[in-house]
Amino acid sequence: MTATATSPGQGAAPGVPHLDFDPFSIEFFADPFATHEELREAGPVVYLDTYGVYGVARYAEVHAVLNDPLTFCSSRGVGLSDFAKEKPWRPQSIILEADPPAHTRTRAVLGQVLSATAMKPLRSHFAARAEAKADELLARGSFDAITDLAEAYPLSVFPDALGLQQEGREHLLPYASLVFNSFGPPNRLRQEAIERSAPHQAYVAEQCRRENLVPGGFGACIHARADAGDITHDEAPLLVRSLLSAGLDTTVYGIGATVYCLARFPDQLAKLRSDPTLARNAFEEAVRFESPVQTFFRTTTREVELGGHSIGEGEKILMFLGAANRDPRRWENPDRYDITRRTAGHVGFGSGIHMCVGQLVARLEGEVMLSALARRVGSIEITGEVKRRYNNTLRGLESLPITITPA
Amino acid sequence: MTIVTFVHPDGREQRIAADAGESAMQAATRNDINGILAECGGNAMCATCHVYVDAAWLARLPAMGGDEDALLDGTAAERRAESRLSCQIKLSAGLDGLILHLPERQT
Repeated sequence: MTATATSPGQGAAPGVPHLDFDPFSIEFFADPFATHEELREAGPVVYLDTYGVYGVARYAEVHAVLNDPLTFCSSRGVGLSDFAKEKPWRPQSIILEADPPAHTRTRAVLGQVLSATAMKPLRSHFAARAEAKADELLARGSFDAITDLAEAYPLSVFPDALGLQQEGREHLLPYASLVFNSFGPPNRLRQEAIERSAPHQAYVAEQCRRENLVPGGFGACIHARADAGDITHDEAPLLVRSLLSAGLDTTVYGIGATVYCLARFPDQLAKLRSDPTLARNAFEEAVRFESPVQTFFRTTTREVELGGHSIGEGEKILMFLGAANRDPRRWENPDRYDITRRTAGHVGFGSGIHMCVGQLVARLEGEVMLSALARRVGSIEITGEVKRRYNNTLRGLESLPITITPA
Repeated sequence: MTIVTFVHPDGREQRIAADAGESAMQAATRNDINGILAECGGNAMCATCHVYVDAAWLARLPAMGGDEDALLDGTAAERRAESRLSCQIKLSAGLDGLILHLPERQT
């Protein structure tokens, strides 16, 4: 493999190690761990010839880039595409793809709509739905842990919490998949997703309008903040769109990752069964271990020193969150799924001002679903072919056939 | 070096030495204080590093910001007048001897 003509950068700074693998290829997605190690060991900063971008895979550098948003900006896109040179495929996000000071205002609104205080009244309903789902699945015994559990549970609580109409919800997962594919290069995954995007985009645009959102939901709360003058009435639908883009698929992948971990590591399932209060950390540790969101880009706004190298302005940097979450410089036995691990500091939800604004919703869903299972299930056995789902940003499964037995 | 004492709900005390510039949350997680979760890793987003500041120390801490104030409304354990988020307490030499009480729960 050699450098291609698509290189957006000005070439690597002298002394930066070059790697020529494709970080958006199916081969890499199928088994990224050996390459992650190669990336971390090559140096604190590497150059990825396939796309002409820098990469960071060690925890320290990933954390540093995430926490310096004025130098490593998001407003030029958090995918490979540089918005300073290319028109975004959809109207730019006013929170994910924004920098301070513009970002500060929109972030504050979503932060408050999804705050710890806002989670409190949701807990009992989310828990009840999780209990019902666990009962139903135990009665069935054998099912697909992705469609019947990891997708079915979030779909049973999140769209209602957001205040969406019943009709058209089948567009939600394809739309999210499209958004996360779009951060990658113009490969087949991205091109096909965008070619098929029109109906999903039309659905989402329609649902973000105030008149289509049920009162009391997250969406209506965002529009109410426009009345209060915190954001404009034109901005409110775009913030609702952010919840539709990032609020569902991510929890699907997180819950899927946890069940996959518990099915593979029965000692951890046993630990969880003996103390179901570990459910929240079992979910959190799965987010570290599998890192459902594998990568994001930043763009340099000035010449900057990173890992001992000087990097020019306007360079794209690919952050390997999944590799940072298994960096032995930061984590003891990083390749071990350990539900009693102190997980704080992992970058599975990012870090800094752009850290996942919906992290409390994700943890709530993960905790109550896993806790409901932990109190009922004796064993989890994988009973068929485990199929991976491929996406330019997300790591997770397409199918996980399992059989569960009662405790 | 700044010495901080964490008092568990059962009265058990753990004394730790913090490095200059660390937050009380960072010192607690580095020293494996069980009652501090810090799920968001210190980004002031989760309210799971809640502490009750000992009465004698409360007035000596820098005032809380609006973000911290709002987050404290979401703590799992009861919010009290002496409630703070330990990720927002930067440990200076002037806080040597600080006593922080841990709440019953963080989630």
